[in-house]
Amino acid sequence: MRLVAWKPGPLCAVGTTGTHFPQGSEATVSEQSNAMSIAPQDPLPAAVSLREELDAVGISDVLAQLDRELIGLKPVKTRIREISSLLLIERVRRKLNLSTSSPTLHMSFTGNPGTGKTTVALRMADILHRLGFVRRSHLISVTRDDLVGQYIGHTAPKTKEILKKAMGGVLFIDEAYYLHRPDNERDYGQEAIEILLQVMENQRADLVVILAGYGERMDKFFASNPGFRSRIAHHIDFPEYADDELLSIAEMMLGEQNYRFSPDAREAFVRYIALRKTQPLFSNARSIRNALDRIRLRQANRLVSDIDRLLTADQIMSIEPPDVLASRVFSDSVDQSRVERGSERDA
Amino acid sequence: MRVTQGCFSFLPDLTDEQISRQVQYCLDKGWAVNIEFTDDPHPRNIYWEMWGLPMFDLKDAAGVMMELADCRRTYGDRYIRMSGFDSSHGWESVRISFIVNRPKDEPGFRLERQEVVGRNVRYTTKAYGVDNPEGQRYG
Repeated sequence: MRLVAWKPGPLCAVGTTGTHFPQGSEATVSEQSNAMSIAPQDPLPAAVSLREELDAVGISDVLAQLDRELIGLKPVKTRIREISSLLLIERVRRKLNLSTSSPTLHMSFTGNPGTGKTTVALRMADILHRLGFVRRSHLISVTRDDLVGQYIGHTAPKTKEILKKAMGGVLFIDEAYYLHRPDNERDYGQEAIEILLQVMENQRADLVVILAGYGERMDKFFASNPGFRSRIAHHIDFPEYADDELLSIAEMMLGEQNYRFSPDAREAFVRYIALRKTQPLFSNARSIRNALDRIRLRQANRLVSDIDRLLTADQIMSIEPPDVLASRVFSDSVDQSRVERGSERDA
Repeated sequence: MRVTQGCFSFLPDLTDEQISRQVQYCLDKGWAVNIEFTDDPHPRNIYWEMWGLPMFDLKDAAGVMMELADCRRTYGDRYIRMSGFDSSHGWESVRISFIVNRPKDEPGFRLERQEVVGRNVRYTTKAYGVDNPEGQRYG
């Protein structure tokens, strides 16, 4: 028995007399049995450093980037921070072998046009991936057209196809309320909704679904599909931007394209924002982007009009007050609804 | 008699997790994964029925596993195999194929000898299963 347990090490000559090894071999046996009882699983750490975990995941980079690149949106950022904290804690819990259930991560983003729902959804895929709650960082962005078929029996395969593609990542359904058409009982949208709900429930670990849409209509959508509402854990409301936030957004957009406001133009743009906000069909950051596109057009036109001039890089980059002030938003004489229709079409 | 066709067929049946890992390998290689089923296990029967369309453009095996679960629900008593089709230039063919589901009871094959002129013998293998009409062969 003892001899079986005892393994001749390199230091033990085989010919050593028997009197020595009983003690040594016993020690080996007890050590081995101890090792056996622990070996199957790694010893649990007594404490886990949250900071180390945080650094290991690299989530702080993503959050910092979110802070830097998304202006305003306080409630959204708070919620994302909460979610990522929860996910971090879940990670630690798993490490300590505490019971965890994979949290429901389906989300609904509601808010007015141009408040950054899609932009945040794209970030979300990255955040969830870094935290290890979706296996891949891809995001499939779909609307009603991609999910709902045109004839009987077309919808289910179509929806499943999309779901299969999104598996392991994030499925983003923009303007989700279109899935449900209350005026048409036979609408195939209902079929798509049923398949979605089933997968959202059964394969929570494989897929995160994010619905997005304008606030009021999403409320109606959820009211007629209570199953949806209860399966979504995070309802995030995107607030309107304040004037100064819109200005920072504009400056950031210009900066990305290597343009900048001259001080006077900046002041003019502040007035532009205030005026534009009072007009109908204002869609926050999207309106700002469209306005900037038109301002760039006017700037280019202004530069080209004086064709013989030598231009510096500085002149090409800078946007002057006339570029901004030429906007129809400033001319009160024009019928407002025409302005709107015209300017939105320009976009 | 255990039917052995395709990869891994001399190993014990793959578990779902192992299947999922194999599928992920195929997807990572950019192959389209197909699910096929049949109740005629003859080795020369190369045209199995397809379950849905080939799955192009998938990123994660979970989607394929969802389809496999659906297929098993309907045709759990038949042979189901998966294949990975490589569409890249020069290959354009199936790169991997393995059985993921088999009937509970596999009766095996019978060897038929047909005596022809000059004491020659022609051999034919026939699956016992195919004596019954399609759809009633197993279980």
